[in-house]
Amino acid sequence: MQLWLIPILPLAGFVINGLLGRRLSRGLVSAIAIGSVLLSFAWVLKTIFGLGDLNSRYVEHYYTWIASGSVNIAADFAVDKLAVVMLLVVTGIGSLIHVYSIGYMAHEGGYYRFFAFLNLFMFFMLVLVLASNYLVLFIGWEGVGLCSYLLIGFYFHRQSATNAGNKAFIVNRIGDFGFSLAMFYIFKNFGSLDFTKVFQQAPGASEAVLTTIGLLLMVGACGKSAQLPLYVWLPDAMEGPTPVSALIHAATMVTAGVYMVARSWPIYVHAPSAMNVVATVGIATAFFAATIGLVQNDIKKVFAYSTVSQLGYMFVGVGCGAFSAGIWHLMTHAFFKALLFLGAGSVIHALSGEQDLRNMGGLRNKIPWTFLTMMCAAVAIAGVPPFSGFYSKDAILLAAHEHAPWMYWVGVATAGMTAFYVFRAMFLAFFGEYRGKEHAHESPPVMLAPLAVLALLSLVGGFLFNIPQFLSGVFPAREAAEDNSLMLISVGAGVIGILLAWFIYVAKPAMADSLASTFGWIYKTLYNKYYVDEIYDAAIVKPLVGGSRTVLWKDVDAGLIDGSVNGVGTRAKDIGGVLRLLQSGNIRSYATWVLFGSVVAIVALALAGIGSTGGLR
Amino acid sequence: MLAAVPISWFLTLSAVLFALGVAGFVFRRNIITVFMSIELMLNAVNLSFVTFSYHRQQVNGHLYAFFVMVVAAAEAAVGLAIILTIFKNRGTLNIDDVDSMKN
Repeated sequence: MQLWLIPILPLAGFVINGLLGRRLSRGLVSAIAIGSVLLSFAWVLKTIFGLGDLNSRYVEHYYTWIASGSVNIAADFAVDKLAVVMLLVVTGIGSLIHVYSIGYMAHEGGYYRFFAFLNLFMFFMLVLVLASNYLVLFIGWEGVGLCSYLLIGFYFHRQSATNAGNKAFIVNRIGDFGFSLAMFYIFKNFGSLDFTKVFQQAPGASEAVLTTIGLLLMVGACGKSAQLPLYVWLPDAMEGPTPVSALIHAATMVTAGVYMVARSWPIYVHAPSAMNVVATVGIATAFFAATIGLVQNDIKKVFAYSTVSQLGYMFVGVGCGAFSAGIWHLMTHAFFKALLFLGAGSVIHALSGEQDLRNMGGLRNKIPWTFLTMMCAAVAIAGVPPFSGFYSKDAILLAAHEHAPWMYWVGVATAGMTAFYVFRAMFLAFFGEYRGKEHAHESPPVMLAPLAVLALLSLVGGFLFNIPQFLSGVFPAREAAEDNSLMLISVGAGVIGILLAWFIYVAKPAMADSLASTFGWIYKTLYNKYYVDEIYDAAIVKPLVGGSRTVLWKDVDAGLIDGSVNGVGTRAKDIGGVLRLLQSGNIRSYATWVLFGSVVAIVALALAGIGSTGGLR
Repeated sequence: MLAAVPISWFLTLSAVLFALGVAGFVFRRNIITVFMSIELMLNAVNLSFVTFSYHRQQVNGHLYAFFVMVVAAAEAAVGLAIILTIFKNRGTLNIDDVDSMKN
């Protein structure tokens, strides 16, 4: 089926735009970038229809990449139903965001660079999804991290943007360290990194081994998918252009961790304690990030913390054994969060770069299409039935209730907060009086069209694509208890959140400030994100930097390494300085030395001769 | 006749000649003289070779003596050419002035 064509097409786009883009016209650059992704999307569709029911894994072997002793790693691609879902999300939403970017980036410099990086990201993301062993997956995993870094730091002339890029990269290294250890451990125990071989042997392995692997894999997933305690890079990643936030930091890359955990389900199902940790980390992240999201004033920061929170939901899903529910939420979240970010981008575009909610307001008449489409995403994420977020969130909450009722109740509280902060952002931006100075203008059709498509998907994506049913053959079957009262409670929490937001920010606008001053210290803690960045700075970054500066730099590098190297040089120079005196340029002095040497040699030989023979012959 | 002369005389002569060569090499300043001293040392060694060869009734020493002569002839040709060039370029034959290798 030529699976390799799927990632190679965006790679070709990257190569062409990256090497020649500077000389091509903007039209041509966008045509190449979008054309390559659309072709890739088309090839995904053709592959899916060509493969029929897809009940078994379809593997394509290309060549043996590493063959050394017992290490045998193939460069293979594989497709199953799980990969199909991801492929469609990545290429489908990727195409829409590429189209949107034409309009968003129209007034920006580095146009070709942006599209080249975006195409490179698509390549690595597709490699990640198509991988048939952990090492190929890891290549995609690192590649998307690289593209994330490049695109966060896209406005590299801004110090904050380059810092955010570095932060994302460095925090992800911690996660990748765990992932690497997991791979070593898998290889040590199973003698292979191939998914099929590892998962065949997984049921026979001891629980301790599987738990260790599961926890190490989770560390990797926590880095990439921005879970506690490694989530800190994602809110800062909003320094990148908004389409990047939508594509990489909401819809696709950050869900790679969830995908990886779901992909490794045969390991996790035999390691219940590892799964429990995954679910606990997920629910904690979901709740924690949602509370921060309640009070942020930057529209993109609100959605960033929302993304962290929703990723937490997905972790709860896969951690509770409801893998398909997690993937379902991954898909619906890709729809509505991409839409929220693109809508936010449209608002920012309309206000010529303004991101602060306090300087917005009353925009619903000025940019009605953006408002309408974002409203679709807002109702979807708030879990209002029958829109997409309702289905997936409900499936996860049901699974959570089965796993541990307290997780369900925390999840419900989080759902209420989710509805509140999203509608708070909506009301602040689109209702009330306009508080800014910029003249607002509606975005061009090329930006609105992707918004419309995503709005449609956010509304109907839930019941149109029943992922648990589609994936029923992939994951172990589980009895999903239908419980309408649980569903009603979570929907009720969402509705209460919406109404509360309406009440505070539209009906009685003065209330927000009075509430903030009443709960002063809570508000301040939340507004400052629990001072996590400051704590990390004081506990980890400062000691590391200080230690590197004093011990590693001044002592080890300058003192020990430079000292020994310079010492060797100085000694050689000193010895040379003495020997230099011999080379006087005076032939007669040389001759004297020769004479002296000869005499010494003869005397030595004579003495040796005496020693060995007992006398002169 | 030769049999009457003890071998130690030849060797002593050789040693004296060699010592004279060394002394001339070390103490004289004129390059030509230094060069001649080298020839003197070579011939002193030749004398030793031939003496030992005759004494032990073996031909090896003679062969070495011929080799040394050939090399000395070649060395004389090259050495004199160098001395000529030095004199042309610097107008001096004082060996202490030829020290441009220093520094």
